[in-house]
Amino acid sequence: MQISVNVNDVEYTREVEPRMLLVHFLRDELGLTGTHWGCDTSNCGVCVVWLDGTPVKSCTVLAAMAHGRAVRTVEGLANGAEPDPVQRGFVACHGLQCGFCTPGMILTGRWLLDHNPYPSETEIREAISGQVCRCTGYENIVRAIRWAAEHEAAARQAVPDPRADEQTRETAR
Amino acid sequence: MSTTAERTTPMGYGSMARKEDARFIRGHGTYVDDVQLRGMLHSAFLRSPHAHARIVSIDTSAAEAHPKVRAVITGAVLETLSLAWMPTLSHDVQAVLATDKVRFQGQEVAFVVAEDRYAARDALALIDVQYEVLESVVDARHALDRGAPVIRDDIEGKTDNHIFDWEAGDAALTDAVFANADVVVGEDIIYPRVHPAPLETCGTVADMDPITGKLTVWSTSQAPHAHRTVYSLVAGIPEHKIRIISPDIGGGFGNKVGIYPGYVCAVVGSIVTGKPVKWTEDRSENLMSTSFARDYHMRGEIAATRDGRMLGVRVRVLADHGAFNGTAQPTKFPAGFFHVFSGSYDLRSAHCAVTGVYTNKAPGGVAYACSFRITEASYLVERLVDVLAYELRHDPADLRMRNLLRPEQFPYHSPTGWVYDSGDYPRTLQKAMDIAGYAELRREQAYRRAEFQATGRGTLMGIGLSFFTEAVGAGPRKEMDILGLGMADGAELQMYPTGKGVLRLSVQTQGQGHETTFAQIVAQELGISPDDIDVIHGDTDQTPFGLGTYGSRSTPVSGAAAAVVARRVREKAKIIASLMLEVSPLDLEWTQGRWSVQGDPEAGKTIAEIAMAAHSSLELPEGVEGHLDASCVYDPPNLTFPNGAYICVVDVDPGTGGVDVRRFIAVDDCGVRINPMIVEGQVHGGLADGIGMALMEVIAFDESGNCLGGSFMDYLLPTSMECPSWELGETVTPSPHHPIGAKGVGESATVGSPAAVVNAVIDALGPFGVRHADMPLTPAVVWRAIQGRPLRPDLAIT
Repeated sequence: MQISVNVNDVEYTREVEPRMLLVHFLRDELGLTGTHWGCDTSNCGVCVVWLDGTPVKSCTVLAAMAHGRAVRTVEGLANGAEPDPVQRGFVACHGLQCGFCTPGMILTGRWLLDHNPYPSETEIREAISGQVCRCTGYENIVRAIRWAAEHEAAARQAVPDPRADEQTRETAR
Repeated sequence: MSTTAERTTPMGYGSMARKEDARFIRGHGTYVDDVQLRGMLHSAFLRSPHAHARIVSIDTSAAEAHPKVRAVITGAVLETLSLAWMPTLSHDVQAVLATDKVRFQGQEVAFVVAEDRYAARDALALIDVQYEVLESVVDARHALDRGAPVIRDDIEGKTDNHIFDWEAGDAALTDAVFANADVVVGEDIIYPRVHPAPLETCGTVADMDPITGKLTVWSTSQAPHAHRTVYSLVAGIPEHKIRIISPDIGGGFGNKVGIYPGYVCAVVGSIVTGKPVKWTEDRSENLMSTSFARDYHMRGEIAATRDGRMLGVRVRVLADHGAFNGTAQPTKFPAGFFHVFSGSYDLRSAHCAVTGVYTNKAPGGVAYACSFRITEASYLVERLVDVLAYELRHDPADLRMRNLLRPEQFPYHSPTGWVYDSGDYPRTLQKAMDIAGYAELRREQAYRRAEFQATGRGTLMGIGLSFFTEAVGAGPRKEMDILGLGMADGAELQMYPTGKGVLRLSVQTQGQGHETTFAQIVAQELGISPDDIDVIHGDTDQTPFGLGTYGSRSTPVSGAAAAVVARRVREKAKIIASLMLEVSPLDLEWTQGRWSVQGDPEAGKTIAEIAMAAHSSLELPEGVEGHLDASCVYDPPNLTFPNGAYICVVDVDPGTGGVDVRRFIAVDDCGVRINPMIVEGQVHGGLADGIGMALMEVIAFDESGNCLGGSFMDYLLPTSMECPSWELGETVTPSPHHPIGAKGVGESATVGSPAAVVNAVIDALGPFGVRHADMPLTPAVVWRAIQGRPLRPDLAIT
C-alpha cells in the first residue's frame, strides 16, 4: 500500500506492506536510524517518536497509521546546528552513556517541557517512566531535563519585552 | 543527587562533557542494526520450543520455496562445513545449529536468509521440525541425581551432568576454625538467574567479499580482537582477512562478550549468498538464548566469636551453567573470581567449593556487570554478615566496622590467594554512615517499629548495608587467559606534526565514555587538550590486539596502557626538545605541560612544537627515529581492588509486600577518578541494576523448562519510579601499581548494591522473624516471607 507521512517537516511517499511497523519504516525505508528498536512489547521506549505532537512507541504503531500525519524523530529536534536545550541538557548533565535510550528520552523530555515548563522532579520521573535506561540509573536524565527547564526559564526571562523596547527607543529619540 | 567530594581529582580536565555525546543526542550514533549495505539480506532463527528434545527431522523445502528466501541453513548444512559446533569461552563446545538434540528452549535450530526482515520471519513458519520430547533438567539441585537425563550425550562417554569441581582456600584450616568457633551460622542463599538485558540486543552484519576474501563483520562485541581470533580458528579464514567492527554499542554489561550462533550463521549466510547478511535478535531471543548471569545456589556459613569477631567463611556452591559451558572467564578460574568471597574482612580462613552442572537452560554464566562472579561472592558474604548480625543481635554496621580490614593491612594477602592493593575500609564505611545519618535512621526505625507494633499500621522501615571488595582489571597475562589468549592489552599513540594525535585501543566502549576518558589521560600526560586526541577503538583493522572490555578492565588495563604510551611519547619528546633547545636532556624538566630548561622556565617547548620538530628535517642522534609515536602492551602486575560502602533505606508495606527504596547512599573508592562525572554515572547505573536484581529481575523456568522471563513484560527492569535519587560519596586510595592510581568502577555498584537492598528489606522484616529470603524480593516473595512460607522465585515450582 502507498502511504504519505510527514517526517521532520519532509513529506515522504512510500510503498509499504500494511503490516510494516513505524519504527521499521523510519529506520529501514527512510534511513532515520536515530529511532531505535529494543523490545517488541512497548516496554522499553527506545523507539519513542512524536505522532502529531504526542510521544508514541513506534514499535507498536503501524506505518500505515501514520499516513497523512506528522512524525517527529530525534533527527528533527535540533534547530539546524543548534541542539535543543533538552539535547544540551543531556550533554551537560551526563544524561546518557551508551546513547541507545537517549533519542526517546530526549523526545519525551522535550514534550514534557512543552506542556509543563516547570516540572517537579516527580513529574519528570513520571514522564520518563514508560522508558527504560540501563546505564544511567535515571538520575542524570532527570537532571538533564531539569537543566533544560531551568535554561529555558532563564531564557524567557532574559528576552526583553518588545513594548519596553519600543519605549526605550521613544525615550532615546 | 548529592555528592560528597573527598578532594579534587589530580587528573586534569576532570568532569568534562563527553566527546561522544554530540552524535548520540542527535540520533547519529551507529549501532549494528543501523548499518545498511548495498544488497544486504536479513535473517532469522527458528528456535526450539522445547527444553530438551531429540530432533527427528527438519523439512525446509517450503521455506526454501518462499520467493524472498535466499537460503535456509540447518545444522546438517553446517556439519558439511564442520561448523555445526563451535568452541565456547570455557573450553566446551556449543551447537551453532542443533543437529542431534535441542538442549534449551530457544536454542537455534535453523537459520533463514531472506530479502527483508519480515520475509525471514515468515519463512520460519514454513519449516517443519519433528521433535521427540525428552525429560529435562530444570532444577540444578537435581542435575546430578542418579538417573537424571544426560544433557550432553554429544560428549563421548558422558554419563552425567557434571561439568567441574573447583575449590579455593584452605579447607582443613577453615574447618578447624569453624570447629573451634563460638558461633557458626549458615544460610542457603540463591543468586537467581538474571540477564544483563542491554537495550540494544545482539546482532551482526557479516560481509564476505568473494573477490578479496576479506570478511568484514559489524558486531555487538565487547571483545572484537578475541572474536577475530576465534572466527579464524573456527572457520579457517586467515585472521588477517577478518575485520571485526564493533561500532556504537547500546549497552553490554557482559552480554556481548561471547560469540553467539547468530554471528556465525550470518557469516555462513554471507558466504553462501555472496551478499551481506544482517542478523538482529529480538528481545525474547536476547533474554532466552544469550548469556545469562548468576544462577548460583550457595550454602554459606560464617564463624565468629560470641562478641562478634568474624573468624571464617566457607561456602559450597552449585553453579547452574545451562546446556553448554559458555562462561567467559580466565581459564584457570571456572567459577570466575568467586573466591574473593572472603570480602572486606579480616578472617583467619576461608574456603569455597564450587560444582558446575549442566541443565536444560541457555548457556552463558558470566555477564551482567559481575566482575567475573564477584557479584555472587559479595552478595554471599554480605548476606552472611547480616545473618550473623541477626543471630548475635548485633548492629550490622558495627559488626562490619569491627571486622573490616584496616588500612595498615594493605597490601593484604587474602585467605584465598588475592593481594588486595589498597583501601581504607573503615573510613569508607564511616563516610557512608555519616552521609546516611545512620544513628538517626536507626532511631527512626525503632520509633516506627514501636508504632507499627502498637497500632498494626504503617510501613516497615529497613536499613541495609554492604561493603564490597572487587578484583578487576584482568590479567596479569601469565595468570589469566581466555581461550589461551593472555589478558594483556595494546595501545598505540600517534602524534601528528601539528600536535594532534590518535590513541588506538583494544578495548571497546559500550557507553563508559572511553573516547573522553582515555583522551583525558593522554592529555594530562602531554599537557595538551583532550580535544587534541581522538580515541580509536572497536575496529580490529585500526587498533592493536587486546582482550576487550568486561570485568571493569578498561581503565585498570587500557587506562594504564594509555598513560604508558603517553609517557613514552613524552620521554621521546624530551630528546627532541633537548635538540631544539640545544641543551642536554638532563637539564630539562617537565613543568606545566612542556619540557623546560631547569632554572629558565621561559625556555621550553610544548608537545605541539616538539611534534612538528619530530617530523621535520631536524637532525636526530644515533638511535633516535623521527616522528612522535609510541606503543605498548600493558600487562597488569596485579588486579586492582575497588571497594565501597553502600547503605539502602527501604519502606516495606506489610500488607502487599511492596518495597519502596527511599534512599541509597554509595561511597566508592575506585582510586583516582579521571572524570568524576563519568565515574558517578557508572555508579548510578550499577545501583539501578542492584535494585532491579534485588527486587524484580529473574529468569525463571517452569518444570518443563519453559522460560518465564522471555520478554520485558515478564523480565522486569527498574524504571525512574523505582530508583531513588542516589547519594554518592568517595574515598580515594590510589592503586599503588597502576600508573595513574585508577582502579576501575564500571561494575562496582552492580556488585555492591544487591546485598544492600536485600539486607534492607530483610532488616525491615526483622519483627516477623525473617532472617533470609531469596531475590528477587517481589511483593509476593516478601509477603510470603512475612507469612513464614518462603517462595522460590527462580522456579515456578512452589
